Amino acid sequence: MPKHKLHQKEPICALATPAGRGALAIVRLSGRKVLEIANQITNKNLTPRHATFTTFLDDKKEIIDSGIAVFFKSPESFTAEDMVEFYCHGNPVVADLILKTLCEFGARLANPGEFSLRAFLNNKINLAQAEAIADLINCTTEQGVRTASRSLQGEFSNRVNLIDENLIQIRTNIEAHLDFPDEEIDADQIAELKVKLKDVDFSLDNLFKIAQQGERLQTGASVAIAGKPNVGKSSLLNSLAQSDIAIVTEIPGTTRDPLIADVNINGIPVRLIDTAGIRETQHKIEMKGIERAHQNISQADIILWLTDVSLDLEMDPIPAEIDATKVIRVHNKIDLVNGYQTNDKEIVPLSVKTGQGMQGLLNKIYEKLIGQPQGDTPFLARRRHLNALQQANENIAAALIRLDENRELELAAEELRLAQQELGEITGEFSSDDLLGRIFSEFCIGK
Amino acid sequence: MQLDRTMNNLQRFDVIVIGGGHAGTEAALAAARMGCQTLLITHNIETIGQMSCNPAIGGIGKSHLVKEIDAMGGAMALAADQGGIQFRILNSRKGPAVRATRAQADRILYKAAIRKLVENQENLQLFQQPVDDLILEGNVIKGVITQSGLRFHAPAVVLTTGTFLGGKIHVGDMNYAAGRAGDPPAITLAQRLRELDLRVGRLKTGTPPRIDGRTIDYTKTSIQPGDTPTPVFSFMGNVDMHPQQVNCHITYTNQTTHEIIENDIHLSPMYSGRIDSIGPRYCPSIEDKVTRFAERQQHQIFIEPEGLQTHEVYPNGISTSLPYETQRRFVQSIAGFEHAHITRPGYAIEYDFFDPRDLQPSLQTKTINGLYFAGQINGTTGYEEAAAQGLVAGINAARQVKEQEAWIPRRNEAYIGVMIDDLVTRGTLEPYRMFTSRAEFRLILRQDNADLRLTEIAHDLGCLSETQWRKFSEKRNAIERHTQHLQNTYLHPDLVNVEKCKEYLGTGLRREYSLYELLRRPEVAINSLKQIGAEGVADIKDDVAEQIEIQAKYAGYIERQNEQVERLSKQEDVKLPKDINYAAVIGLSNEAKQKLSEIRPITIGQAARISGITPSAISLLLVHLKVNSQAKKSA
Repeated sequence: MPKHKLHQKEPICALATPAGRGALAIVRLSGRKVLEIANQITNKNLTPRHATFTTFLDDKKEIIDSGIAVFFKSPESFTAEDMVEFYCHGNPVVADLILKTLCEFGARLANPGEFSLRAFLNNKINLAQAEAIADLINCTTEQGVRTASRSLQGEFSNRVNLIDENLIQIRTNIEAHLDFPDEEIDADQIAELKVKLKDVDFSLDNLFKIAQQGERLQTGASVAIAGKPNVGKSSLLNSLAQSDIAIVTEIPGTTRDPLIADVNINGIPVRLIDTAGIRETQHKIEMKGIERAHQNISQADIILWLTDVSLDLEMDPIPAEIDATKVIRVHNKIDLVNGYQTNDKEIVPLSVKTGQGMQGLLNKIYEKLIGQPQGDTPFLARRRHLNALQQANENIAAALIRLDENRELELAAEELRLAQQELGEITGEFSSDDLLGRIFSEFCIGK
Repeated sequence: MQLDRTMNNLQRFDVIVIGGGHAGTEAALAAARMGCQTLLITHNIETIGQMSCNPAIGGIGKSHLVKEIDAMGGAMALAADQGGIQFRILNSRKGPAVRATRAQADRILYKAAIRKLVENQENLQLFQQPVDDLILEGNVIKGVITQSGLRFHAPAVVLTTGTFLGGKIHVGDMNYAAGRAGDPPAITLAQRLRELDLRVGRLKTGTPPRIDGRTIDYTKTSIQPGDTPTPVFSFMGNVDMHPQQVNCHITYTNQTTHEIIENDIHLSPMYSGRIDSIGPRYCPSIEDKVTRFAERQQHQIFIEPEGLQTHEVYPNGISTSLPYETQRRFVQSIAGFEHAHITRPGYAIEYDFFDPRDLQPSLQTKTINGLYFAGQINGTTGYEEAAAQGLVAGINAARQVKEQEAWIPRRNEAYIGVMIDDLVTRGTLEPYRMFTSRAEFRLILRQDNADLRLTEIAHDLGCLSETQWRKFSEKRNAIERHTQHLQNTYLHPDLVNVEKCKEYLGTGLRREYSLYELLRRPEVAINSLKQIGAEGVADIKDDVAEQIEIQAKYAGYIERQNEQVERLSKQEDVKLPKDINYAAVIGLSNEAKQKLSEIRPITIGQAARISGITPSAISLLLVHLKVNSQAKKSA
């Protein structure tokens, strides 16, 4: 092989292990500047071919997970480029957060088969395997298309298309101003365009939030069951885990470690975590358990705060350190109280023992996870789509600034072109010729 | 061959250019500048450099092309400076990337300027006679045969026959064969070309009736003066070249005009179905405007003078193929035109064009080696688009003769590159016109920096005069020198006049700033720095100052576009072999195979721009290339 320096392409990242839960997940990063990116996410200086135990930090320096990172220096790597592999816990949410962070730091998600392709192009894979790669590109693409089209059905796709259409409208007007200043066209004036662009910005924002909720459908959420000792937390977990809803795994720990069960609530994968009862204690091991319980609770997406209604309710306030917005208050053991009644709609009455109120609880969890501010049906959106939406959103924000300052129309136009390119990842290509077509059909142009 | 010698009319050239329009002249000039013995054959030497449509050069997107041609030593901008009778900067209040120069030109002065350049060009000969046939040996061009059987031989021929191939003019229900009003079409050549393995399509375009300016009441119109100071087109030009400057005027159609047109719409060949070829969407006839935008109360008309020595004007905005009588009535319904006398009726013209997807990006045809097409023949419209193609075809014809690789401008280098890539990669359904929105690298492809982008390339290609190279080098050095000075010179708040700072910099200085940093502020220009007495800026010339200011203010965006360029350039660097068999590429869809075989892209980058070619198809191509190169190595 010639000794010339290898050209390192733009950094790409992907999950190298199968999606879903496992003991470990491996995220790969390849291309130029990957060491810089890896040093950012690990806050360490990785050395080549050394397994470094490290925490993974997101762009706000919050801990995502801990695991191992290994730097492979070019050309001694799978792709022959500089590469870093991250070994994290086998939780899709964690792996996804790592990918998201790598993207924030400048990588992009790899296309299907792209790692293998780079490996092949850099002479890391022999000729015999070439056909296999072609197959891989093809098959994963098809798979990707299927997945994408599934995640694009219905509401999500409608909304993106609507935003795309509004964006085209705005671009049509701006480009008409730029390319046809001598024409007497009834194009929207800048002030109007700004209002319309703000609308687009707002809907994109909303869509992004909804899409994030949609993403939760795929990657799962965590629900902590918390409360004082003996309010029925473990029974609830067992009951939920043993009911008709699918059980994925069940990992028993010691009595003081949280019990975990992966279940499926109305189609959403949910990890249930039973926490140690929280109370004042001097017992060292129990204190450790409570400490961990607090940790679990703080990291959970939702906290079910269980109360035993047969006991005095006044004595059971929710601890101040728990984020109240994540809490669902559950009154358990209603079978023990004759004529139990509550007018508080936020409280879920339940008897784990008789099963009464169980469906209500499931509905409540579902509602809280998916959120209902827009009253939308949930839909799936993949990380790639989220990235595109987020990028488009940033470009549109920048365009708004350009329209504000000195009316820098051509710079706003550039931002909007990029925004549309991002949306094009979801909606398909919109070429400059398409844009011209819109201008000519909308405005009477031509001398 | 035997016959030729006995007839004693064998003449050999390096490059033959057929056609003396904007494409033909730039092609011939470029080839001759590069040292090739060049022959320009036209059916009429008097019409060399003729503006057959409206008498103007430039405009948005188009002036970008003109400045690029100019930056490469071409003729168009210089001729515009010598023939321009009104100059304006369009979009002057918008950013530099979308600013454009437009010159109203005196047809006679413009033509004379081109003629002079052509006649005085070393290595260039003219010959007047229609060309009827091409001399082919197999699929290699050998020369041309004229109407009277004269043969001229050359290894490279550039065909720039505009609308003359199978041209047909329509006025109302009358139609006749013509190349342009007053000129015969090139029917024999058109028939000959139709026999070649090239796809032919048909397009149409139109012109407005011309009017005798003495019969116009200008008091009923509004004046549109040129800009002061008067803009200059060429990097080598100056205001002293300009002839006397005049005004344009503006008037409007009205409801009566529209009624007259609607009542006679069935007489328009486009609406009666007599013409079914496609016209440009951006240059609709007045029939189209009235029909498609019925809600409009009026349509704007620019009254453009045809020249200083003529009373004829060009009412831009009412191109039509309605019968003369209807033209007269609707024209006279327009304010100021009540007593207008039409000197030449408007007409629509249908003509042949060749599918540009049958061309290589060098503008050489894929089927005939040595045969180049440039201009309207490729489905474009506009003098500027034609001239730009002429330049490229001329350069590449010369390079072929010299056995050098073709020069293919990239999309990130020039609007010329955008246009040619669009044409050969995506083809066109209507007459193709340049707009800034076609250029994804619009912010770095500006008319102001055309010289910085292309003049060195032209110098390397050998199509630039020494004078232009020297002038350019001085400017570029000055830009570099002054930029460095501005970056390294700091202004200390204690050492400047606070009042002056506030007046010229917007705000005072809170800390030490480099002059370059100050220049990044939207409201600060080099002139502001001169006003506050900053050192070493007094002698910065205007064109240098403009360039430095733009580079400073656009810096972030320029950087971002350069990053995009860099990302894409790797794909542009990967060449696809000419003999690649797409049917053998594993995994490609049938659609992709068909499209790739049809377009036969030169690079991976071009392949990626073909509509319907996905990133995974590109990956498969890369794998295929690699496999083949490895197979060849081991063989």
